[in-house]
Amino acid sequence: MAQRTVAVASAVGLHARPAKLFTQAAAGSGLRVLIAKNGGTPVDASSILRVMALAVKHGEEVTLSAEGDDADAVLDRLVTMLATDLDAVDA
Amino acid sequence: MRSLRGSGVGRGAVVGPVARAHPSPAVPADAADPDREGAVRAADEAFAAVADALERRAEASSGTVATVLEATAAMARDTELAGQVRIRIEAGQATALAVDRAVAEFVDLFTQAGGYLAERVTDLLSVRDRVVARLTGQPEPGVPALDRPSVVVADDLSPADTAALELDKVLAIVIERGGPTGHTAIIAGQLGIPCIVRVVGASTLVDGQEVAVDAAAGTVIVDPDDATRAAVAARQAALAALSEHTGPGATADGHAVALLANIGTAEDAEQLTGAAVEGVGLFRTEVLYLGRTTAPIEDEQAQAYARALRALEGRKVVIRTLDAGADKPLAFISRGGEENPALGVRGFRLVRTDEGLLRSQLTAIARAAAETGGEPWVMAPMVATVEEAAQFAGIARELGLRRVGVMVEVPSAALRAPDLLAEVDFISIGTNDLAQYTMATDRLLGELVDLLDPWQPAVLDLVAAAAAAGVAAGKPVGVCGESAADPVMALVLTGMGVSSLSMSPAAVPGVRFALARHTLAACQELAVAARRARTGPDARAACLEGVDAEVREVLALG
Repeated sequence: MAQRTVAVASAVGLHARPAKLFTQAAAGSGLRVLIAKNGGTPVDASSILRVMALAVKHGEEVTLSAEGDDADAVLDRLVTMLATDLDAVDA
Repeated sequence: MRSLRGSGVGRGAVVGPVARAHPSPAVPADAADPDREGAVRAADEAFAAVADALERRAEASSGTVATVLEATAAMARDTELAGQVRIRIEAGQATALAVDRAVAEFVDLFTQAGGYLAERVTDLLSVRDRVVARLTGQPEPGVPALDRPSVVVADDLSPADTAALELDKVLAIVIERGGPTGHTAIIAGQLGIPCIVRVVGASTLVDGQEVAVDAAAGTVIVDPDDATRAAVAARQAALAALSEHTGPGATADGHAVALLANIGTAEDAEQLTGAAVEGVGLFRTEVLYLGRTTAPIEDEQAQAYARALRALEGRKVVIRTLDAGADKPLAFISRGGEENPALGVRGFRLVRTDEGLLRSQLTAIARAAAETGGEPWVMAPMVATVEEAAQFAGIARELGLRRVGVMVEVPSAALRAPDLLAEVDFISIGTNDLAQYTMATDRLLGELVDLLDPWQPAVLDLVAAAAAAGVAAGKPVGVCGESAADPVMALVLTGMGVSSLSMSPAAVPGVRFALARHTLAACQELAVAARRARTGPDARAACLEGVDAEVREVLALG
């Protein structure tokens, strides 16, 4: 199982637009990606409601995990997203 | 012609078709559908249809509204939510109830998390309402997408509903509940949209029916005849003619009364660039703080104030410091559990627990002043004592601000206005809160609207006391509240000695016209007549008799 830990860069935290873009990317990856905060219970990274309910603030770390052939590549892409201020990126 | 009555906001009149906004649907206590698979499919289809509709509306709108609608659509497409609904249906719950309960679990999670997430609960509930309405054949809740300019009719509108209105297509707003100082009325007044609240029988109006809405008279006439339509057109023409006058406010004999605008954001200030107002009498700063999980940093605040000062180009700008507290909660000021929030730690009283918040705001204002060369006036809300006024003035002057004042909203401040004025450079009377606190009447309770009447004799006495204190001290006294927008009350306030009137920009032309047709002596006589009356309605009626006939006619004052 591949795993990555990253600090969330968006100024508003993993809410609103950043959460929407992230969950869409996770859903589009074709793999079941999980996301957890501070060693908490991992939740489905493609669910905007679960991801928002984690209440991840700016600068807090989250751990992503996935299984499958492309797991490493998928997680690398998602980590790059989270390390960017998604609120500042044009749609 | 059938006619409905309510309390009008503004002086406008329009004719247009009704577009009804519907309340949240009830969740019926139906038995579960024996066809479990079919029920799951129906729920999935309802969620998808709701998400599609929200996305279409997001595409048709822009800015904050579009962002909120997009995020709400994403919630409606959530796979986990769909999964929870399926589990509940398979376990034997009726479809609509399963949707309601599954959403409720997320509502609990969001509420517990607090802050930003708690504010998103409204979006979740709107998904639930739309899906339940679709599943049970009830009308779609909220304001419908408008395909032509319409009169929006509702039981009540939530702040979210109001924010999502397509303003270019809203001719007027008619609501059955609410009150003249509720959020819907205030926003409509700000935008110059005729609005009538507390309209008994509004729920009998049907989509597409033509109505004539007259905010000045507070009437909604169903299927108006030609004479009514002609009267509406005449009023529109008269009001349009008034707005061509743009000079500074003054009485017929040249006594100056500054006509100022109430604003909430730097964008509002920018819209005043070409407007015929002499400045801003009330810049509410709460919007900068709303929807935040932490206080906005000083830089960001300084930028907003600088934008407003630049837009007003040297005109007067009065900035009110943060008026938040238990009744207007902010995520980063977590105070809960006050039993009487209107009487609790709000407005300037927040300094007791967090002086840093006030200092950071005043520092940002001072920086904006230095950067733009403007000279903002600052004032604190909810000041009750001379010690509080002195404390605020001390902090503001220490940070380099030179025009320092306080709001008069609490009866104690009005009664002791001479003492307050010894500490500060000006006062500004907030008539909505002053009426609330004088009459011990919640501003948001529509059923007590008669007690909140700014014409109530006790309220007039307190306003007169504060105004007289200003005249005696030779210092400015402003009024920033709904009553400044009433042309008759504006004359009375002028007669009492009030030196500036701040209102929604849409109300300025009517007040300017009324002032120009009366001398200061006439205004003083009206003030005496108002205060001689024993009841609120008598006070207004007595004044109306003394108002110039043409002013009464053009402004439809009754």
